[in-house]
Amino acid sequence: MAEKITQKENFIKGIIKDNPVFVMLLGMCPTLGVTSSAFNGLGMGIATLFVLFMSNAVVSMIKSQIPNKVRIPAFIIIIASFVTIVEMVLEAYIPFLYEQLGIFIPLIVVNCLILGRAEAFASKNDLWSSIVDALGMGIGFTIALTALGAVREIFGSGSIFDFRFVSEDANTLILFILPPGAFIALAYLSVVFNKVSKTN
Amino acid sequence: MSKKESTFFNMIIALVVITIVAGASLGFINDITEGPKAQAKLEKKINALKQVLPEFNNSPVEEVLLYKPKNIKDSIEIYFGSLNDSHIGTAVIGSSERGYSGLVKIMVGFNPDESIKNIVVLEQKETPGLGTKMKDERFIRQFRGKKPSEFNLKPTKDGGDVDAITGATISTRAFGEATQMAYDVLVETKQSKN
Repeated sequence: MAEKITQKENFIKGIIKDNPVFVMLLGMCPTLGVTSSAFNGLGMGIATLFVLFMSNAVVSMIKSQIPNKVRIPAFIIIIASFVTIVEMVLEAYIPFLYEQLGIFIPLIVVNCLILGRAEAFASKNDLWSSIVDALGMGIGFTIALTALGAVREIFGSGSIFDFRFVSEDANTLILFILPPGAFIALAYLSVVFNKVSKTN
Repeated sequence: MSKKESTFFNMIIALVVITIVAGASLGFINDITEGPKAQAKLEKKINALKQVLPEFNNSPVEEVLLYKPKNIKDSIEIYFGSLNDSHIGTAVIGSSERGYSGLVKIMVGFNPDESIKNIVVLEQKETPGLGTKMKDERFIRQFRGKKPSEFNLKPTKDGGDVDAITGATISTRAFGEATQMAYDVLVETKQSKN
């Protein structure tokens, strides 16, 4: 790219133009797996945002010290360390969320969004741009997961952020909190998102 | 800034340094979080005990009894609650491996007359929105005050007395099994005491 993009554009692109979930379709495993409620989506999004932020910052800082041939193992060690830190901190201070997210926290390590940004962006750009990129991408990921979780929770459980608006006996579309519902909701949300973001 | 050449020496140094730093920081964080982690687990246990037992003023967690039944591989935790030294209830951990996605672990509180005081779900991985309803008041309340010697803990489909959760018979079955196990342990320990 010859033209120089501003930090504002750099930030916005992660949320809209290159939204990791709706546009780039990265990190599908946690996206589909944990979004059975809006709160879970938000928690997973924030955990991922933190790991992405830290790994982008560190990778960008030490990029000149990492020989090219071992860059992938180096990135993975950095990412895995931050994921383990997130896991320990959540278990100690937010046990409720830790139980909800379960196996998906260790799986942040293999979320290709994080390695993808380390490889494609942080290893080529300066610290400040990398941080802005991580924030944009992380917030885009969090928004997408929360939206997906909200849609599935509304249809599947008749509640939003655990606030019920139908009675406990009401029949809800259970399909939406089961795995197939994740694919259906994701597909329709992607259609709407891409339609709206392209017309603007 | 010049990029480091991918020589054998450079690669080894880079990876060694990164792993040492990563290992050291993980050890550091582990040290910090160890206390709060144990604290969180203990609090969870005490909260569960408060829910399944009548008011108690001893410390059941410290007086825990580990009981090892013959046909079960792990020992089972039994907590005795007492108020001013008189026995007011027993809480037993029950579990079943036959949930819809594996382990279901519950804590059952029994009154001194062996009727169920309350049940709290400790661990489960059931389907959200279906099997997870085993935590709901609507499901649990049918167990309160029942004596498992007179109340069959199997779902009605299997000839028992438990109204199954809609769409989650397997979860209901596992829940009943876990409750049954807790009850069996309670009876066995009472017999061995006498």
